[in-house]
Amino acid sequence: MDFLVIQFLNGLASASALFLVACGLSIIFGVMRIVNFAHGSFYMLGAYIAYTLAGPLMDWMPGGFWLALPLAALAVAMIGALVEITLLRRIYRSPELFQLLATFGIVLIVQDLVLILWGPQDRLGPRAPGLEGAVNILGSPFPAYDLLLIGLGPLVLLGLTLLFRRTRWGVRVRAATQDREMVEALGIRQDRLFTAVFILGAFLAGLGGAVQLPRAAVHHAMDLEIIVETFVVVVVGGLGSVAGAYLAAVLLGVLNAFGIVVFPQISLVLAFLVMAVVLVVRPLGLLGRPEAASRSTTGLWDTPIRPMARGRRDIVFVLALVLAVLPVFAGSYLLTVFSEVMIFALFACSLHFLMGVGGMGSFGHAAYFGLGAYGAALAMTQLGLPMEAAAFAGPVLAAAGALVFGWFCVRLTGVYLAMLTLAFAQITWAIAFQWDSVTGGDNGILGVWPSAWATSAAAFYYLTLLVAGGGILLLRQFVFAPFGMGLRACRDSPLRADAIGIDRAAHQRLAFVVAGAFAGIAGSLYAFLKGSVFPDVLAIPLSVDGLVMVLLGGLQTLTGPVVGAAVYKVMRVFLASWTDYWRLIIGIVIIALVVAFPRGIVGYIQQRIAPLLDRPEGDQPKAGPP
Amino acid sequence: MIIIDRRQLLLAGTALAAALAAGPAGAAESIRIGEINSYSGLPAFTLPYRNGWQLALAQINERGGVLGRPLEVISRDDGGKPGDALTAANELVARENVVLLMGGFFSHVGLALADFAAQKRTLYIAAEPLTDALVWEKGNRYTFRLRPSVSMQAAMLAEEAAKWPAKRWATVAPNYEYGKSAVAAFKAAMAKKRPDLEWVAEQWPTQNKIDAGPTVQALAQANPEAIFNVTFGADLAQFVREGETRGLFKGREVVSLLTGEPEYLDPLKGEAPVGWLVTGYPWYAIEATAHKAFLEAYQAKFNDYPRLGSVVGYAAMQAVAAIIAKAGSTDTEKMIAAAEGIVVETPLGPVTFRASDHQATMGAYVGRTALKDGKGVMVDWHYADGAAYLPSPEEVKKLRPGG
Repeated sequence: MDFLVIQFLNGLASASALFLVACGLSIIFGVMRIVNFAHGSFYMLGAYIAYTLAGPLMDWMPGGFWLALPLAALAVAMIGALVEITLLRRIYRSPELFQLLATFGIVLIVQDLVLILWGPQDRLGPRAPGLEGAVNILGSPFPAYDLLLIGLGPLVLLGLTLLFRRTRWGVRVRAATQDREMVEALGIRQDRLFTAVFILGAFLAGLGGAVQLPRAAVHHAMDLEIIVETFVVVVVGGLGSVAGAYLAAVLLGVLNAFGIVVFPQISLVLAFLVMAVVLVVRPLGLLGRPEAASRSTTGLWDTPIRPMARGRRDIVFVLALVLAVLPVFAGSYLLTVFSEVMIFALFACSLHFLMGVGGMGSFGHAAYFGLGAYGAALAMTQLGLPMEAAAFAGPVLAAAGALVFGWFCVRLTGVYLAMLTLAFAQITWAIAFQWDSVTGGDNGILGVWPSAWATSAAAFYYLTLLVAGGGILLLRQFVFAPFGMGLRACRDSPLRADAIGIDRAAHQRLAFVVAGAFAGIAGSLYAFLKGSVFPDVLAIPLSVDGLVMVLLGGLQTLTGPVVGAAVYKVMRVFLASWTDYWRLIIGIVIIALVVAFPRGIVGYIQQRIAPLLDRPEGDQPKAGPP
Repeated sequence: MIIIDRRQLLLAGTALAAALAAGPAGAAESIRIGEINSYSGLPAFTLPYRNGWQLALAQINERGGVLGRPLEVISRDDGGKPGDALTAANELVARENVVLLMGGFFSHVGLALADFAAQKRTLYIAAEPLTDALVWEKGNRYTFRLRPSVSMQAAMLAEEAAKWPAKRWATVAPNYEYGKSAVAAFKAAMAKKRPDLEWVAEQWPTQNKIDAGPTVQALAQANPEAIFNVTFGADLAQFVREGETRGLFKGREVVSLLTGEPEYLDPLKGEAPVGWLVTGYPWYAIEATAHKAFLEAYQAKFNDYPRLGSVVGYAAMQAVAAIIAKAGSTDTEKMIAAAEGIVVETPLGPVTFRASDHQATMGAYVGRTALKDGKGVMVDWHYADGAAYLPSPEEVKKLRPGG
């Protein structure tokens, strides 16, 4: 019994720490609709700044430590202000999820800056003065500082509730959550409101990091360690609901505290199991309310996609010709890089089919890529099939996975749907990671090399060109087939689509299977390209890479994912071999692209460049004003 | 208005492809070594490692290089991802024409590189990866490994720990291959000497994500007499802090893998655990001449003290130079023949790469942790020679595929 009480308190302490970070994210998302990847970076910066301030402040005055924590949070709030004013404000009119790309750029930049400013070593901050020791609870020593944390969570919850319910500012924020345009029409400056909300969110994240100082070492992987779990808390709680976030944090903290007693490996996957169950049972999270219909049109496609014009087809034809003769000029390394780029172009296209064409955001697309890779690798090593046969097992397994996951996902919409895909992807990853006897665990599956005829870089390059290129063209055909048209109708107007008898669920499930199968083909090729498969083909970073490629190219175009994949992958490969600070440079480039091309690269070309090229000959621009 | 026609596009594309394909011209006479490590993935260990090999490289080239040619290292970051490591390996072999590959930190990255080496028939000197599989069940003739493996280090610790009266044991290890195989190896080594032991609890926190409070509480609940710890880095700091506050280590013996390495011990500063039996690297107290020379040169060059990673990087580079010198050539087959059984002088003393499994006999320092001047140090330590903790060539034959 005593043990149960103590373990419950342990769970509550962990929950408070998680809640502090999550509530800021929840507020930012609720009001600004920004999926803020940089929230984990704010948390990490809070911890590092608190570490730096704590030493001098403690020497300067007694109790200086307690000054360091809020000061660190304030410093992070200022960084947040800088980010919002200089970057995010420029891209509010961009399509949904596009801001995610900008915040991802910030994540990369902060990772390298932290390494440059604070060095590679882990840093252990001082213990909290006055609360160093333990309090005896039911005969067990319990850290005094954890008691403080347990109290801090509900206190922040109370403060935020009062802020949003009892102050004029809070009411305005809630109004903006419901209807941005109306609030603006009433004369309230939306940009200032947004800046303030973002600063508040960054402050809370910074505070969340700072209060970790007496408990944990400060290190440079803190950002990624917290960010995904924070998203889970926000979604399980219900988007925008601060009380829900607290409830979800407590649920996760306490379940983990007891879970590891019974099943010590559970923390690997617990958060995602909980999220999957909650979203299947309660599609809007524990305390979520249905999103008010947004009047903003930025998320919609303003012009329907059309098959490629004749002139563009010529460009594609020339490009294909260049790619076909490339092996004559290029060495084997370059061919391998190009093979990888084409594989990721197919992967990005399959994600785009789901997100852009189907309107279903996916944060877990690596699941199908990984299932494809594992399917091919297992067919080869366990069943002893040759490459030609094993390669088919990949897409089959991926499509099967997509069928199951899609079955549950299509019941949801928006970010909830995206997060459920993430949950399934993480569960798949955990299985691959833990099931040593079949998947080899994190040691992976080795010896997945292509058949003799395809071992040379040039042969494999042609194989990839054929399969990936063919796959991309085939996916394109789907978009203009009746199935694709139905899918686009469901995306743009579910009600009208329903009225003319289109079965939305069936279309969307099939979209999952198609996207999964093509991602599986990409994964299968990837396995043979690399010769081995590891759980990271199923992991979050790959899903994020996919998102970055699609958004970078432009969500509202069909060529976008190909261009995005090429730009991002080539940058990654070549920068990584030129400089140590490739993350910093890629981060800056991404942010520059986001600001310069607020609709993605291809989106920009279509909107600004293409009209110039398409002008019929002889139609010269008129001089002077019309 | 510029209108680009098809022909111009084709020409431009071809020119671009040709420019990309040409790449840098082949080096005139230096011997090119490919080096890959997780510099952005685990900088706390890999940056000192890089200092180590850079120091050795500078010394080797000052002495006139190898075979009368200077060594040149082309280094790449894998970010802790096997896929990126393979891209880099391919670049180094196919484009930079390196004669061999070295490096690797994470076990799975090491395994991926080893498999690549076998496929491409390239020599790979694994410096860091600790998994047993690298030289045993997934070993291949193109792969050699420098550091003492998980099971060697576990056996070194078990030798001491088996002498204790403690019967009830608990384990805590990160939930991935390294943690799992370390616990299995330690249990196996202990079982040989102490069949009477009881394993009363195990905790498997997720790497870098330990929820230390509940983990410590769950271990305390089982009331073990001794604890075997494999967590390291940030997890270790959190585990130690929670464990001290909650009195987990009071009256209990603790055995801890790698904790004596400055990489992991130094961040704990004044809160370093006291009296733990650990493997590590007491650079401040090693009297051997070879190490003294290394220490002085390292401190002179970097104005910092070496970490274990520095020694590993330094010794790996020495091994590479020795192998090429002995082979008298950069031909892969000749280098493999030379590497089998070669003796390499390292700061830790001479080390032999065994012909049977390509594992080096590098050992580890085993001792107790203590506090000195507000810092964690190792005391009562001795150097355990790796050769004593390796299976015989006959046993190895059964462990390796195809003997």
